[in-house]
Amino acid sequence: MKALHEFLERIRPLFKKGGRLSMFRSTFDAFDTFLFVPGKVTTGGSHIRDAIDLKRTMSVVIIALMPALLFGMWNVGYQRSLSIGADWSLLQNFWYGFLVVLPIIIVSYVSGLAVEFIFAQIKGHEVNEGFLVSGMLIPMIMPPDVPLWMVAVATVFAVILGKEIFGGTGMNIVNPALLARAFIFFAYPAYISGSQIWTAGLMEGQGVIDGFSGATPMAHAAAGEMDKIPALADMFFGFIPGSIGETSKLAILLGAAILLITGVGSWRIILSTLIGGVLTVLLFNAVSLNTYMDLSPLTQLMMGGFLFGAIFMATDPVTAAQTFKGQYFYGFFVGVFAILIRVLNPAYPEGMMLAILLMNVVAPLIDHYVIQANIRRRLKRATIKLKA
Amino acid sequence: MSQTQAINAEREPLFSAKNLKLLKGPLNTINPITVQVLGICSALAVTAQIKPAIVMALSVTIVTAFSNLIISLIRNTIPPRIRIIVQLVIIAALVIIVDQILKAYVYDVSKKLSVFVGLIITNCIIMGRLEAFAMSNKPWPSLLDGIGNGLGYGIILVIVGFFREILGSGKLYGMTVIPKFMYDIGYVDNGLVILPPMALIAIGVIIWVQRSREKELIEKQ
Repeated sequence: MKALHEFLERIRPLFKKGGRLSMFRSTFDAFDTFLFVPGKVTTGGSHIRDAIDLKRTMSVVIIALMPALLFGMWNVGYQRSLSIGADWSLLQNFWYGFLVVLPIIIVSYVSGLAVEFIFAQIKGHEVNEGFLVSGMLIPMIMPPDVPLWMVAVATVFAVILGKEIFGGTGMNIVNPALLARAFIFFAYPAYISGSQIWTAGLMEGQGVIDGFSGATPMAHAAAGEMDKIPALADMFFGFIPGSIGETSKLAILLGAAILLITGVGSWRIILSTLIGGVLTVLLFNAVSLNTYMDLSPLTQLMMGGFLFGAIFMATDPVTAAQTFKGQYFYGFFVGVFAILIRVLNPAYPEGMMLAILLMNVVAPLIDHYVIQANIRRRLKRATIKLKA
Repeated sequence: MSQTQAINAEREPLFSAKNLKLLKGPLNTINPITVQVLGICSALAVTAQIKPAIVMALSVTIVTAFSNLIISLIRNTIPPRIRIIVQLVIIAALVIIVDQILKAYVYDVSKKLSVFVGLIITNCIIMGRLEAFAMSNKPWPSLLDGIGNGLGYGIILVIVGFFREILGSGKLYGMTVIPKFMYDIGYVDNGLVILPPMALIAIGVIIWVQRSREKELIEKQ
């Protein structure tokens, strides 16, 4: 570790302005601050700095994502073995899934970071680590069979138009990872919905055993085949087809525990999202016009990406509401809209993505009104005192 | 604008520097779509393919040019209180003529453009040019101003239409340009580009590119 530090210090002058390699200075900066705490000193304003800077925060999120990702890799293999009727061992399943998922992760990181580095160089600021999490989230919300070039196009689109034009990390209005998914969802709908895409290798269709459908619980529910929805336990542990990271609710809850214990994720958002979702389901239960509305709250929470979205996507500190009160409103409506879209709109089997994107856009407005209300309340107090 | 100088000038040549500026300005630094942000609605609606975009661009150019010319010719006889009505009558008459011509000669495009030909009447660019320019300028500069603004509107439509058709359906002017082997190796047309939101994003990107080239367009802080 010490030798590495000394090496970085030795080559640092090369990357200074006017140095021989100054065209790569943003690259150097990125690796330097990723490995070691930056030695920068504040020049004005506040001088107290927390050791938990953006990079450490992002690292915690990455760790929290690991259980879901590792389980997702295993599940990709497991679904594949089901589809061809083979009886693979745990390691075989994992290895097959690993080989499917790894290229998606690599493509997502390479294309996203390439854009980030280019923009950092042009604008002359340091490379932000915001993409560290986005780049990991993108593969986890993709179907295993998604074509790699689509991942690349979507990632580039999302990073440029979702983030860089607003000024980079911390300035974006919508969640870049979800924007990438929404891009594929609208641009190449055949590759992200339907029943063909959710099991790796199903597109080629070789050697699939009879009776294997590959449809996700969401697809069954949207088609009105409530009896085909898997058992609750299967959905909880994640032995179902779906996006790579979203299937196992157990692994997601493990990640949630890490986020909540470290205080990185906002419990207000997670809690209010769940409340919003459950209340909407109960409302539908009361109305009860079709079989979809009759599904119990627990089934609805276990299906699709609701939990994954609530824990990893809605809590994104940049795009969520900033004020504590605003976070309750924000989360509540994410839950409400996710279930609304799911149940009422047959064109969109899963509503979590669109619900979070919608509330991302509304979040600054919520914050505005919360702050205004606070100002008004305090002003009132102050004026009364003046009168007396 | 600079009409006092125009009165003092004896006889300026038809394509003097000032008149050329009327023609060229709207193509770049005072573009009606990217700088003045007018006529967005039709720009989003008719640019999914390049052919309707071109026809629409020509139609709007003809209407802006001739309405500018006609209003400029009769500008001194229009009573100010009813000028909007007079302007609308002239625009409407021109739009109906254009609509009839389109129906007679390019029926398929006319069907694709549907209501948007009729809606040229409400296009803010035309009304804006009449009020801002033709009402207070001589016929010849007004005609040039009309043509310039129509073309400025048209060029954006054609650029957006070009990208949307090639990315969205792999065609250009109705002919397939993406080779078949691309589809064989897994290329898929982008369905999002066909939808209107992507037209808005495309115009946004054009504004971005334009502003990073023309520094004078960047707002001072």
